[in-house]
Amino acid sequence: MSRKYIPKVVTANALLEGDVIYLTADDRWTREHHEAELIEDEAHAQLRLLHAAAQKGTVVGAYLADAKPGANGPEPIHFREVFRTRGPSNYAHGKQVGEQPGPRHY
Amino acid sequence: MYSYNDFDEAFVRERVAQFTSQVERRIDGSLTEDEFKPLRLMNGLYLQLHAYMLRVAIPYGTLNPNQMRQLAHIAETWDKGYGHFTTRQNIQYNWPLLKDVPAMLSALADVGMHAIQTSGNTIRNVTSDHFAAAAADEIEDPRPYAELLRQWSTDHPEFQFLPRKFKIAVTGSPNDRAVVKAHDIGLRMIRRGDEVGFEVLVGGGLGRTPMIGQVVRDFLPKEDLLPYCEAIVSVYNLLGRRDNKYKARIKITVHENGLDEIKRQVEQRFAEIRPTFHGHDQDLLDDIRAAFAPPAFRNAETTAHDQFYAADPVYRSWADTNLTEHRNAQYSIVTISIKKHGETPGDATAHQMRVMADLAERYGHSELRISHEQNVILPHVHKSDLPAVHAALVQAGLGTANVGLISDIIACPGMDYCALATARSIPVAQEIATRFDELKLEHEVGPLKIKISGCINACGHHHVGHIGILGLDRAGVENYQITLGGDGTETAVIGERAGPGFAYDEIVLAIERLVHAYLEHRTEPTETFLQTYRRLGLAPFKAALYPAEGEKDAA
Ligand code: HEM
Ligand code: SF4
Repeated sequence: MSRKYIPKVVTANALLEGDVIYLTADDRWTREHHEAELIEDEAHAQLRLLHAAAQKGTVVGAYLADAKPGANGPEPIHFREVFRTRGPSNYAHGKQVGEQPGPRHY
Repeated sequence: MYSYNDFDEAFVRERVAQFTSQVERRIDGSLTEDEFKPLRLMNGLYLQLHAYMLRVAIPYGTLNPNQMRQLAHIAETWDKGYGHFTTRQNIQYNWPLLKDVPAMLSALADVGMHAIQTSGNTIRNVTSDHFAAAAADEIEDPRPYAELLRQWSTDHPEFQFLPRKFKIAVTGSPNDRAVVKAHDIGLRMIRRGDEVGFEVLVGGGLGRTPMIGQVVRDFLPKEDLLPYCEAIVSVYNLLGRRDNKYKARIKITVHENGLDEIKRQVEQRFAEIRPTFHGHDQDLLDDIRAAFAPPAFRNAETTAHDQFYAADPVYRSWADTNLTEHRNAQYSIVTISIKKHGETPGDATAHQMRVMADLAERYGHSELRISHEQNVILPHVHKSDLPAVHAALVQAGLGTANVGLISDIIACPGMDYCALATARSIPVAQEIATRFDELKLEHEVGPLKIKISGCINACGHHHVGHIGILGLDRAGVENYQITLGGDGTETAVIGERAGPGFAYDEIVLAIERLVHAYLEHRTEPTETFLQTYRRLGLAPFKAALYPAEGEKDAA
């Protein structure tokens, strides 16, 4: 029996800001993991990845990351992907405080 | 101190202009990422986990106050108000926006700084002893040689596409504070009779295949430095493997071809190119040397220091750990700890950078250094000024008395920032430091170097830590492997793996057990952790790390 396909989300970094983004089902890029499209089919995942990687003027380094369904939408599985949804653990910077790269506004 | 000549200035400005237009073309879509990536890396711009990162070179770790203030200005204007000093004597900004990077580079150029060759398969920032020109044990200031190497290697047409990155370190002292044995080329100044020259080591490096450099020339006259280094790099450029990135460093070239063969080829190449150097490099070196003339040392009473030392235990504790003997008996070398317990190793805020710049200007003959141990140094402070310096540092959160102790940890950015990481390293450092501060043990434990890397690339030098910690990903969970007995000095050794790794929430306790084992086994308080380890070997430490296994064996 073939192993069950682990669902995926398409993720990348934004070209201009450099922060983490996810592809939604309606072809937007979101900064929230739970708004991403959860892709349960391998062939579809490849198509979505190609679609993402073709957007060379918007995104950098698109790839498929394992995810699972959750109460509010897809949730990350691997700890690296969990950190990517939050930001660094040594400062309250990044997504965990709703902040983007670039200068802080004091 | 050395400042740019016209050629440097024009070159750096031109590179900023080029990169400005490259960024514009990337943003308007005329350059793809595949085209842009090598260009941005040539200018020190990485893309990490949460944002871009700009890596700025601090050649041989030397800065003047205006440069430090400019680093503060950049941190505040285009980043989140701080910078990260690294083991490679660089500073990294973790949050720049792509569109702002040209302005940052331009601001750096205003103070004679840049991010060129901080990435890519080139000769990287030349590093050196952070106590250069101040240390009591020094033969000669190594920085003029480092600067000569910098000028020679910057934009060197033959060496822009080496098989892999190439790192050179120089020390002018018998006590190696620049980890020269873990560099592609390590240069140790030595005396032979009346003559001063270099012992040349080649093929050191950490990363996935750690190796200690080997002596390729036991005595190199100083005036042969450039042709000899050129001979090494050009032999490597031909022999180095380009088919496998993990076998591309010169350490593997030396390993695969044998030291004798490398020696033979280097000497042969050297004999060919030596005659093409007509002494222009030596004229240049003379000019450079003039720029590194020692400051006009003051002659004054040092009683203020002695009085504070006798009266104030906080000051005394700081003086005991953070001051180093200066060649001028009235002076001290001050190491400012960027390792406050619980904070990120190597991170300084813009405010702290300005405080350090002001102190350097007022009390330190306008010199600052960045150490590979991620601290900042005021190399020349008159002893009478030390109490004032200490008071100002304490106010800015920079007065921590822990240099060389267990909380003075090197940690790479790890999975909090780095895209290559397999685990976090910063929070492990924070927690170890906090724990030993709570235990009030670190002064009793004495000299102990912990170094942490977040993956096998070993940017945190874990192989040469007395205790090394390597963060790995074991089946989707962070796992930390311990190595023991590493040493990054003139007696360099790669640490030994202690055994199976520890989970994130076990690692601090494991370190605590190691330290207690040391305290139990040392013959006397002056026997350091490393000495005890060398005397007893792995066994007692292993027993402390894995107590349950001992019980199993006994059962
Ligand atoms: C974006 C962040 C970084 C990336 C992508 C990166 C990448 C790498 C890689 C791939 C290696 C292994 C080279 C090899 O074995 O051939 C390495 C080694 C090293 N890096 Fe980094 N690094 C980063 C940050 C840092 C930082 C922050 C420091 C200083 C704290 C640093 C200092 C070093 C050192 C000392 C080594 C080992 C010495 C050697 O080259 O053998 N790196 N780095
Ligand atoms: S050791 Fe690994 S995790 Fe740490 S900075 Fe280097 S590449 Fe990144």
